[in-house]
Amino acid sequence: MLRTLLDRLATTLPALAGVVVVSFLLTRVLPGDTAAYFAGPAATPQAIAQIRTELGLDRPLPEQFARYVADLARGDLGRSLTTGQPVTADLGSRLPASAELTLVGLALALLVAVPLGVAAALRQGSLVDHACRIVATAGVSLPVFFTGLLLVYVFYFVLGWAPAPLGRLDAFASPPPTRTGFLLLDSLAAGDLETFRAALAQIALPGLTLAVFALAPIARITRAAMLAVLAADFVRTARAAGLSRRRVVVTYALRNAMLPVVTTLGMVFSFLLGANVLVEKVFAWPGVGSYAVEALIASDFAPVQGFVLAMALLYTVLNLLIDLAYGLIDPRVGHAA
Amino acid sequence: MTAIPLLAIRDLTVEFATRRGTVQAVRRVDVSVAKGETVGIVGESGSGKSVTSYAVMRILDRAGRIAGGAVDFSGIDLRAATERQMRDLRGREISMIFQNPRAALNPIRKVGHQIEDVLRQHAEAGSGDAKAKAIAALEQVKIARATERYHAYPFELSGGMCQRVVIALALACRPQLLIADEPTTGLDVTTQKAVMDLVTGLTRERGMATVLITHDLGLAATYCDRIVVMEQGRVVETAPATTIFRAPAHAYTRKLMQATPRPGVTLRDLLPEGAPAAPLERAKAAGTPLLAVSGLVKAYPKKAGLLTRKAAEAPFRAVDSLSFTVARGESVGLVGESGCGKSTTSTMVMRLLDPTEGSIVFAGEEIGRVPAARFARHRLRPKIQMVFQDPTESLNPRWTAARAIADPLLRFRTVTGSDAVRARCEELARLVGLPVDLLDRFPHQLSGGQKARVGIARAIAPAPDLVILDEPTAALDVSVQALVLNLLADLKQALGMSYLFVSHDLQVVRLLCDRVIVMRAGRIVEEGPTAAVLSAPQAEYTRALLAAIPRPPV
Amino acid sequence: MSATGSPALVPTRPRTGISATLAHAGTVVAGNPVTGFAFALLLGLMACAVLGPSLVPYDPLASDTAIALQAPTLAHPFGTDQLGRDILSRVVVAARLDLAIAVFSVALVFVAGGLAGIMAGFFGGWTDRIVGRLADTIMAFPLFVLAMGIVAALGNTVGNIVLATAIINFPLYARLARAEAAQRRNAGFVMAARLTGNTDLRIVLTCILPNILPLMMVQMSLTMGYAILNAAGLSFIGLGVRPPTPEWGIMVAEGAGFIVSGEWWIALFPGLALMLAVFCFNLIGDGLRDIVDPQRRT
Repeated sequence: MLRTLLDRLATTLPALAGVVVVSFLLTRVLPGDTAAYFAGPAATPQAIAQIRTELGLDRPLPEQFARYVADLARGDLGRSLTTGQPVTADLGSRLPASAELTLVGLALALLVAVPLGVAAALRQGSLVDHACRIVATAGVSLPVFFTGLLLVYVFYFVLGWAPAPLGRLDAFASPPPTRTGFLLLDSLAAGDLETFRAALAQIALPGLTLAVFALAPIARITRAAMLAVLAADFVRTARAAGLSRRRVVVTYALRNAMLPVVTTLGMVFSFLLGANVLVEKVFAWPGVGSYAVEALIASDFAPVQGFVLAMALLYTVLNLLIDLAYGLIDPRVGHAA
Repeated sequence: MTAIPLLAIRDLTVEFATRRGTVQAVRRVDVSVAKGETVGIVGESGSGKSVTSYAVMRILDRAGRIAGGAVDFSGIDLRAATERQMRDLRGREISMIFQNPRAALNPIRKVGHQIEDVLRQHAEAGSGDAKAKAIAALEQVKIARATERYHAYPFELSGGMCQRVVIALALACRPQLLIADEPTTGLDVTTQKAVMDLVTGLTRERGMATVLITHDLGLAATYCDRIVVMEQGRVVETAPATTIFRAPAHAYTRKLMQATPRPGVTLRDLLPEGAPAAPLERAKAAGTPLLAVSGLVKAYPKKAGLLTRKAAEAPFRAVDSLSFTVARGESVGLVGESGCGKSTTSTMVMRLLDPTEGSIVFAGEEIGRVPAARFARHRLRPKIQMVFQDPTESLNPRWTAARAIADPLLRFRTVTGSDAVRARCEELARLVGLPVDLLDRFPHQLSGGQKARVGIARAIAPAPDLVILDEPTAALDVSVQALVLNLLADLKQALGMSYLFVSHDLQVVRLLCDRVIVMRAGRIVEEGPTAAVLSAPQAEYTRALLAAIPRPPV
Repeated sequence: MSATGSPALVPTRPRTGISATLAHAGTVVAGNPVTGFAFALLLGLMACAVLGPSLVPYDPLASDTAIALQAPTLAHPFGTDQLGRDILSRVVVAARLDLAIAVFSVALVFVAGGLAGIMAGFFGGWTDRIVGRLADTIMAFPLFVLAMGIVAALGNTVGNIVLATAIINFPLYARLARAEAAQRRNAGFVMAARLTGNTDLRIVLTCILPNILPLMMVQMSLTMGYAILNAAGLSFIGLGVRPPTPEWGIMVAEGAGFIVSGEWWIALFPGLALMLAVFCFNLIGDGLRDIVDPQRRT
């Protein structure tokens, strides 16, 4: 087990190296004067010169890269001009909000999409199957920010069921003591049901928005994988051996069909982390995405680059976890002849 | 057959809903199987033999349905049985084993657990004794170290071993009837014999009835009591195995029987009665060899993991110091089971793959040193050509038959001018017996035999001296195989080429080749004149290969 | 089981060339009205993109604060925005820019990704390693986030949006082309082509490319929708296109603030246009896939 873990870790090293090189390039390819960009639009020539030396932009490129990597190793991503804080600290304090939102969206999507995909495959051509098709096609066609706005209009403005789309908690609720940074968990841990309900009300619409977005690829791949497995020879063997329908579907078909679904989760995470930025903007969600968007508008580049790098690192870790999960389901991993 | 049949299929009709409307895959079929009897259902592809068995088990896919007739299994009407009743019968009373055993097992579940699933389903075992019974089932199919193999996944077992597991699974609940659907197709001939001996041994011992579904009349006649021959969804003949070769009643059976390669017949004997064929002369091999291969080696380095720092292992030698010759006008068979290195050898001789060591001298010129990538423009390129195993896969789907045959003519500029190229294509088509009006069709509009003829026409177009035949008939039905083999013999006689015939099938090699080379694990085990090797094999391995060929009672 | 169960198909009468393709497309559209509908929608979108400015009743940039924030009326069927501009006119005119971004980025990645993938799959070796590494590195980023980073770094222009969208789609094309080329590299008909003295270049052009092209076209149609969404997303967060240029993403962004006070039409109509465009390309992609590759139908 430790051996597989190490092997997996080793395979992520090239990806990590690629991420670091690309993000370094992104900080250096800024057209015009990089120092002027980093100093911001209102900087004096002295300030720009100071930034130039600070960033080492007057040095040769390999040396700049070495310095970049060294800074990175210390967790130094530069300082935000807007907040005046180190980018790492800013990202760290805002990450739980984004993570909570993404996970809620993913959990909702999985809960609906997997059963829907399985049902559609089991009853090909039925009403469920058509519903699955519609969900899959509509889901990939809806711009995520547009879904969010539609939900706000219907559930906040028309029906009045949802609170105003302004962050994680409304002004009257008091945040629970921070343990995990996830408001839903922290409020439960503190036994504060009132805050839990308030936090739940706030996260419902943005979570739903992300779920609608992630639903389509998961439902589609579940249905396709299930259909492929149901037509496989070993399912025929299981049926010919008289195994019960439940055992054939669950133990034989579903477990095998989960393999491509788990693989697809990597792509789904890629989509979700991107969609998160848009959803956070729509719902004024105080996460890393809206942080990056605000910085972008203020031409404050260190936070943007830091955000891109942080998301890439997070995504690499998620992919590693997905690989490990895959290895748990599929005994063939690591035994390739 | 006066006994009350265990299984009685009467007037069975099975329909499939397709895009082109309803198709009857099985039409009014009658088959009966007595207790303890072994019945073979034989037919070529599309004969409906497998569909019949799926209908009995009621595991037809969604598009198929039983449209008429009755299926009776020891007094139970299987057509009227509920799905629950059928589930109880499947695996406990009637079992099935399939082609492609590795795919027939759940790839991510331990084989022991898969057997337990069946035992528990039919209440043959509880949680306490399931494991012991599963291991016992594995032992019965003669799997060594059964306790250890209980924990194996299918990918860790060989094809033959997987088929044993499938058999164990099918026989675990001691059913009365076993349906074996092409159980040995795709397996090596020695593995085929082991599997068939095991199945017949176990079923006879238990007094079980067996239905063997196969395309191989010889195999069926060897192992069955009675044979049912099917053609295009209909039963054309039912006869005892002992008489079917001696006195086939139906014309189709006769054709099928005749086309089956078997001891004591010549190539011409395979053709249907009345087919015009000139007698074949044995070519006299000239003195100087056309092709001389010596010390040929192909080695592949073993892969090491990134973190698993193993000591560098000796590279795997797929072909290991191979030497042989092919004389002008001679045809040499290269025979062996899968993985013996015969295909690697032919690919190197064809100069599509670079050898690690050794020399290939062709027409007096060393060509083994010319890199494969550069050989495309070599002067001798037109002189070595090949006929491929899968006729479908060897034709570009975007090219018509004429374009495919014309390709070598255009590239080698043997003929110039579009009229001349067309004329030569038509000439080649006539030579290989392809109707000229089919030349403008695309591969998907041609039958398997027609596609094989296109492939042969393309190979002989540049007037080669050596043609490598890589299992050219393996993907074809037996009656088509007979025609293609005869065509190849005729062409050789007419054009004076040499053949290097790569095959796993000694019977087929015998018909076409003057000399045979038997390979195993990259080396030559035995070589000599075909008749001598087949009648008095020297090597133990050759004897095993020969013994594994089914011997129908003639 | 259908392989042994279905009777051998009788070869149909051969038809060649354009007439056969058209006839085939005709039967497919007739058998699948949804694809027909999608093609009609595509025609409408293209008409908007080409003729847009001459179709619309108002100048998409003319503001008139006297009629600001009007709900849809007969005079302004989609209503007016906060500056009194006619939303219908803006939505129609925006089609050209949105589709142009998508078309250019997809064309770019089709050529670059397709070529790189075919080379990688056909030649293997170091070509394969370089292309694979490049694709892996791009895939190591969440794609939309990478596009944000690229546009932020290269500068906030429409050209860079096109480039960023092409880059994030590169792995998709390169991998598809690579897999299809590698699968055919040792196919019988490619080996046969080698035996008849074809050079590698000729084999790629005659044996590999024509057989991969249909699948790549399907991919193109499917990624068109994704490219439109991606570009609109970038302009929604203020990258690329700047106001007052009519563009669907930015128009939704402008309308976002008015949703909570009930002025739904400002965001709704550009959002619907966006959705219809993406929907249309996805439907066409699915339809094309059914024609080209029935086995992969999901």
